[in-house]
Amino acid sequence: MTLQAMTYLVVGFTFAIYIGIAIWARAGTTKDFYVAGGGVNPIANGMATAADWMSAASFISMAGLIAFMGYGGSVFLMGWTGGYVLLAMLLAPYLRKFGKFTVPEFIGDRYYSKAARIVAVICLIIASVTYVIGQMKGIGVAFSRFLEVDYDLGLSIGMGIVFIYAVMGGMKGITYTQIAQYCVLILAYTIPAIFISLNLTGNPIPQLGLGSTMAGSEVFLLDRLDQVLRDLGFLEYTTNVRLSLTNMFMYTLSLMIGTAGLPHVIIRFFTVPKVKDARSSAGWALVFIAILYTTAPSVAAMARLNLIETIEPTPGEYMVYDERPDWIKNWEATGLLAFEDKNNDGKIQYSADAETNEMTKVDRDIMVLANPEIAGLPNWVIALVAAGGLAAALSTAAGLLLAISSAISHDLLKGVFRPEITEKQELLASRIAMAGAILVAGYLGFNPPDFAAGTVALAFGLAASSIFPALMMGIFYKRMNKEGAIAGMIAGIGVTLFYVFQHKGIMFIQSTSYLGDMSPNWFLGIEPNAFGAVGAMVNFAVAFAVAKMTAAPPQEIMDLVEHIRVPSGAGAASSH
Amino acid sequence: MSKHSSYWSANLRLVALCLVIWFVVSYLFGIILVEPLNSIKLGGYKLGFWFAQQGSIYVFVALIFFYANRMGKLDKEHDVHEDED
Repeated sequence: MTLQAMTYLVVGFTFAIYIGIAIWARAGTTKDFYVAGGGVNPIANGMATAADWMSAASFISMAGLIAFMGYGGSVFLMGWTGGYVLLAMLLAPYLRKFGKFTVPEFIGDRYYSKAARIVAVICLIIASVTYVIGQMKGIGVAFSRFLEVDYDLGLSIGMGIVFIYAVMGGMKGITYTQIAQYCVLILAYTIPAIFISLNLTGNPIPQLGLGSTMAGSEVFLLDRLDQVLRDLGFLEYTTNVRLSLTNMFMYTLSLMIGTAGLPHVIIRFFTVPKVKDARSSAGWALVFIAILYTTAPSVAAMARLNLIETIEPTPGEYMVYDERPDWIKNWEATGLLAFEDKNNDGKIQYSADAETNEMTKVDRDIMVLANPEIAGLPNWVIALVAAGGLAAALSTAAGLLLAISSAISHDLLKGVFRPEITEKQELLASRIAMAGAILVAGYLGFNPPDFAAGTVALAFGLAASSIFPALMMGIFYKRMNKEGAIAGMIAGIGVTLFYVFQHKGIMFIQSTSYLGDMSPNWFLGIEPNAFGAVGAMVNFAVAFAVAKMTAAPPQEIMDLVEHIRVPSGAGAASSH
Repeated sequence: MSKHSSYWSANLRLVALCLVIWFVVSYLFGIILVEPLNSIKLGGYKLGFWFAQQGSIYVFVALIFFYANRMGKLDKEHDVHEDED
């Protein structure tokens, strides 16, 4: 069977499973639609959370970024996992105890203010929409690369699939589909990694292979990689700092706080039966995430080494261009890999020096996507990687779309504008909001405002600077009042947007970036993507200052905070 | 109320302990002290690099289960646990 036919078969099979689950898990009530009925087993929820969490960026792009950043790429590894510690200890159990459907609903009730709820909805929509654009792009790219269909057609097919199971099943359909998607994506990620680790080091466990010696040699793999990079004029892999240690510190902190503040992740913990389950479910989620996140560094380093050794098999002996392997030809055809024989010797020299370097383009995403071909694995593994990339993008897109649509139907429509609508009407409204959100996300996927990774990083900055501090203070600081919370959210998101826009352009239109994307203008040398942590600090500081100057919240709010701090009585969650 | 406040302060102490460990394995070992730690080797890994790309993640997982387990006990000791059904 040809690779093309095999890919259609595997991807088609996974899509059939997702649609089958959608039909089985239809939502009958708003509780089904928003929180999957509230009865999801904590381990199952952990798995769904992991799929929800690991996006096209985690699956396709992250290892490639690390491959070229080396140690500097650690910010993604620590940042996108450490946030779960904050989530498990500072937010998830208390918000579960609160027992409502959305994040803005908590903010609205805790800060006894519709204005606070609307500010939270706006923050949520900005953060989620910027994030969903990256997923839509991921879907289009995965389709066009593996199934050789047009990007726009691929994106339309992806939207159609999400439409079917998200509109029909809401959170219930999404949760059970995500469990299937996790299984697909984790197999697709680990199988090639195991084979590559086995090839290079003789150790089948990639996490151990990365710390092992090269097969048939006494030299450690990482030492070898450092050595070849030094010889080519690059910085050493294991000590290559991203800009500065201060920048790495802030970047990691922004990603961690942002992770804990992303509404589509938080709402996953509303689906478990108990407070106790919310705590352990966060642990399970991180177990399932860690399987991929501890494999990624091995994939990164091994793929980089493989790439270099393909081009320069022995020091000083370069690859003859006409004898290049098939996988190089395949990826050249996509335009993601390009060579230029500058000195006309028929060979390809790779070097850090732009003057003599002849591998003129190597897209970061190739590191994961071409991995099975580089390792010479059978066609079904390559097909599985295609299905895995699609599963990662679809599962995250669906989770984000649910967060957006529930904010519109539950927080804006039911909560603010039309409180009198019946449950049936609200369920219909939530389906319409979901369909609308899919269309908007699709439109932005067809016309993406910036490259995928950039917009995803911005979403973290916004979640970190607005939503996380408001939630945390709502639980841990009883005296926090509505004036403080609203001022804090606006200040936090304002300063973050201001910093990003002044360096990257208003709405990412390059020409409007009035300070330029220049590191000399960066505050303390912090890059714009790493600014969310500063925004969060501004949020906390402004909120405390304003709360001190204004009246304490009413007694019933103090009682509400007391109530959510203890697990007992979860059934009788208070509602005002 | 006093029963709840002793529960809450025990919770805060536990969270503080966990977050100190969280900070040490990632920010301290993985970033601030990465250069001195890199002079120690763990197999083929430089130790600081290992914490940044592997070790911190393992500790995060362990921390959440440790926290969930201890909180389960605290809930029972202070009689604020949910009904078993």
